[in-house]
Amino acid sequence: MAPETKHLEVTLETQVESVNLAEEMCLRLAEAAGFGEDECYRIGMSVREGVINAFHYGNKEKPEKKIHLAVDLTPEKMIIHVADEGAGFILKDVPDPLAEENLLSTSGRGIFLMRAFMDEFDVVKAQTGGAEIVMSKRLPGSDSPHGNGSGGHGSAPHTEA
Amino acid sequence: MALHLTPRDSGAITVVDASGRITLGDGSANLRKTIRQLVEEAHCKIVLNLADVDYIDSSGIGELVSAYTAVRSKGGELKLLHLTKKVHDLLQITKLFTVFEVYSDEGLAVRSFL
Repeated sequence: MAPETKHLEVTLETQVESVNLAEEMCLRLAEAAGFGEDECYRIGMSVREGVINAFHYGNKEKPEKKIHLAVDLTPEKMIIHVADEGAGFILKDVPDPLAEENLLSTSGRGIFLMRAFMDEFDVVKAQTGGAEIVMSKRLPGSDSPHGNGSGGHGSAPHTEA
Repeated sequence: MALHLTPRDSGAITVVDASGRITLGDGSANLRKTIRQLVEEAHCKIVLNLADVDYIDSSGIGELVSAYTAVRSKGGELKLLHLTKKVHDLLQITKLFTVFEVYSDEGLAVRSFL
């Protein structure tokens, strides 16, 4: 019998409360999938940042727009999709928050944190026409190496600028 | 968990004890309001005690940077005290350790202004 993939999706309102809701939901899924405390923190933070991105930059905080969150739990990894209904963006156009001239910027670190905390990270065009963040974390015990490495604090990837 | 901020005087220095999460919404807004109020009252030598803050998101990081620049624009300084491991790691990967002065001893933090 083929290994089962679990799929869950939810449509969230464009409001601040959706950020906590999405984080809480994914944290519970991550805990149930067997991730340890540190990895749960990184997954939760990444979901949080993905939804903040959709709420603020994608949907421009417009309440008539929705945020689409989906989670796939395969035998190897947890894959998280966050789609907005905005205009979309090009990942390589996002400024590098580590550049000297951006260190005192009061925004623009969300993408960097997601890339640092997850094993795989990409932004594609959503079916809604907006941006869809797709990120994943290997399940504990999974030995299929891919993505940008450990995703730990010391392995923050270079952000394309 | 909501963010609670309690300013107290330590000589000419203001120590702000923070507890909770500095995140998008009330947490970030509360920090902004407290720091702006201190600056307006000419309390521009500030130590922000983060001993009981174990979670900051990108919005909270932005608010810390905003507080730092607001205080400096008035000729003051904002220094950080007692970082938890998660906050420490977050400031490290975002390179903000090169921006903020960080202390693990309150006496040293306060004396650093003198």
